[in-house]
Amino acid sequence: MALIADTQVKLDPMTPVPYRVARLNDELSDTFTLELEPTDRDISFAPGQFTMLYVFGVGEVPISVSGDPGRRGLLVQTVRAVGPVTDALQALSPGDYVGVRGPFGTSWPMEAAEGHDVVIMGGGIGLAPLRPAIYHVLNNRDRYKDFVLLYGARSPQELLYAQELQEWGGRFDMTVLVSVDVATRGWTGSVGVVTKLVGRGPYDADDAVVFLCGPGIMMRYGAQALLDQGVSGDRIYVSLERNMKCAIGFCGHCQFGPTFICKDGPVFPFKDVEKLIQVREV
Amino acid sequence: MSAIEAMLGSQSFFYGMEPDHLATLAHVASPVDYEPGDVIFREGGDADACYLILEGDVGLEMMVPGRGPHVIQTLHAGEILGWSWLFRPYRWVYDAQALTPTKAIRFDAPALRRAKLEDCAFGYELMQRFTEVLASRMQAARLQLLDLYGSHR
Repeated sequence: MALIADTQVKLDPMTPVPYRVARLNDELSDTFTLELEPTDRDISFAPGQFTMLYVFGVGEVPISVSGDPGRRGLLVQTVRAVGPVTDALQALSPGDYVGVRGPFGTSWPMEAAEGHDVVIMGGGIGLAPLRPAIYHVLNNRDRYKDFVLLYGARSPQELLYAQELQEWGGRFDMTVLVSVDVATRGWTGSVGVVTKLVGRGPYDADDAVVFLCGPGIMMRYGAQALLDQGVSGDRIYVSLERNMKCAIGFCGHCQFGPTFICKDGPVFPFKDVEKLIQVREV
Repeated sequence: MSAIEAMLGSQSFFYGMEPDHLATLAHVASPVDYEPGDVIFREGGDADACYLILEGDVGLEMMVPGRGPHVIQTLHAGEILGWSWLFRPYRWVYDAQALTPTKAIRFDAPALRRAKLEDCAFGYELMQRFTEVLASRMQAARLQLLDLYGSHR
């Protein structure tokens, strides 16, 4: 099973390449999507990979690619503003420039999942690194069997990509189950923790390949719910998040036990990181 | 085994139950249907039943003064609705309302309570299964309390 994406970094991986901001779309109060145009090269990536975005004079942050891998010429990244660099990214305007390194890291095992049911389980902004995998399955729908998206968010107002969720939910070739922790007036969907969706999706637990991404504790309980449902641990994949700095396994900032999240991940088979996820403090 | 016993035995909540226990359950069971918006029970009312949802979605709600009904959890096909019948004073602690066309099996709670006392093995089996439901809902509620998705700023 080839986890390493075909995409290779051709340039010096430590040198940012300038990209022009084509558009900045607000998603949620603190979350936005950047559409970046390369100035002197095309870009390709595999679902699940990330780049390092550099705001000149401010700093650099790792951000998952959230766009369609079948759509060339545009780098789409969804960002939550949680600190100085991401705040600066949110303040950018069309025409501004950022530096981009990457894409880096392992990807969701799209080829290995061919011929199987595919379950994508996300929580909160964890849907962003999963969205390229959703696009890939939909772009190549005949290669996969039943396709299920399980998504949880805090409230209806905090559903990421709400319009797309609605569009995907209206398709005949995929099932979308969404649950919120806190309902507000007018919400007619499910209320409850996202792990409760695991038993409701129309998929064959013996056959399904699962891609899981969200807050750490949600992934821990989500994976447990999937295992309880009968999904094999070696067919559950998770995307881990750590404080990546160099992104190529030199600096050690993202070291998690014996693993470098930037180089060996961010996508891992759950069985390989199951013990790490349960570590109380690193 | 009657059709309703076989149907109950095929539901995950009752899976593996002894045939005589299924017969006891079937004896106090009746099918019910609800349209969207139908109130199944109200907070404070007699907890005189519990339900196995066969189809549809049910919202558990609390009335919050000034804010109206607040859905705290939804239940779906295959899930059990109602545990207040197990514990004194046998009063519902939430409202339950059908959100979509819903089919369910209603179990008469006073009859179930009597059956539990008369047949301790049945009572133990039922309590064990309901305790699993309660534990799972308590864990889910605790995860909800963690506010997993909040900003980490």
